[in-house]
Amino acid sequence: MPVPPSAAKTFDREFLMIRSRLLDLAAALDRIERAEGPIADHARFESIHRSLEALASAGPDRAERIQLLFSLPYDENWRTPSGELTERRSSEGGKKG
Amino acid sequence: MYFFDPHIHIAARTTDDLAAMARAGCVAVGEPAFWMGYDRRSVGSFYDYFRQLTEWEPKRAADYGIRHYAWLGINAKEAENVSFAREVIAVLPEFLDRPDALGIGEVGLHKCTKNEVTTLLGLIELAMQRGEQLLFHTPHLEDKYKGTRMILDLLRADRRVDHSRVCVDHCEEHTIRHVLDEGYWAGITLYPTTKATPERAADLVEIYGQERVLVNSSADWGPSDPLAVPAFIQVMRRRGHGESQIRRLVYENPLRFFNQSCRFTFHAPEHS
Repeated sequence: MPVPPSAAKTFDREFLMIRSRLLDLAAALDRIERAEGPIADHARFESIHRSLEALASAGPDRAERIQLLFSLPYDENWRTPSGELTERRSSEGGKKG
Repeated sequence: MYFFDPHIHIAARTTDDLAAMARAGCVAVGEPAFWMGYDRRSVGSFYDYFRQLTEWEPKRAADYGIRHYAWLGINAKEAENVSFAREVIAVLPEFLDRPDALGIGEVGLHKCTKNEVTTLLGLIELAMQRGEQLLFHTPHLEDKYKGTRMILDLLRADRRVDHSRVCVDHCEEHTIRHVLDEGYWAGITLYPTTKATPERAADLVEIYGQERVLVNSSADWGPSDPLAVPAFIQVMRRRGHGESQIRRLVYENPLRFFNQSCRFTFHAPEHS
């Protein structure tokens, strides 16, 4: 790996991209605000708000923390001693397999 | 720079894509069996698809100087019907014996159901019986973390599994550490909106190193980019990574991983 660049150099490189993406984000939230009727999926909307809080917090692991905010919980005891699933919860949403 | 795209669905791409990839330096691809956008209704449909992956797509790719390798399996989205999946698994050995078959993949979990797990265990069993390499698909979006951890639990419980011959694909910020910590190869998929962007993939390499990391486009019939690996190369260059480090990620690492398949042969273009 190369010598890590300075924070100042990294900030200069990323500034316009961060600005652009923040504006995209703000505009998308404004679009939702202007739209008619309630939001059906409150859990997802809540995840977005908690992600914004994580974004504003300190630390080098914001991306990982935001990923986990959008993740279903993992139960390490999901298999019984006989190997059966203890939980069959599945979420909706059709994506590619 | 020469590169491999170790995970791409060529069957869903045009010859224009193959030409563009070749011009960008692509010399080899790995094509895992996956979901075609609809559920297949018979074993015959899978049989024909496996023929496409092992007979027709290698010829199409060869026209552009690209070596084509295939992974065979039944994907998680079509794994819910366990008895049907068993019928598909029964035809796999015929195709796994073909010269450019790398192993069993992409297989894994989608919604993490009991039936998906049952089918996956059948596929792992076949791999262990035959000494095949494994390529795992991990779920999308909110299911990814849970599904990845479940796949790792299943693999850890089987002492026959050689971790260095397994790639767990579509890793992101919240899953890659778990995969690498257990000695598996970690695949990073470059997608425009889901999975990882080239910039985030470069971040993961800078944080977790390049030792057992593969970078792929997973380009298919959905929003995806067959030139995503060259885009990643550009990002790495812009950040000051050396050519030898980048080459290791996009050429030497997939070569090392593929080379563990007993059927794998490859002639480096600089030696041709």
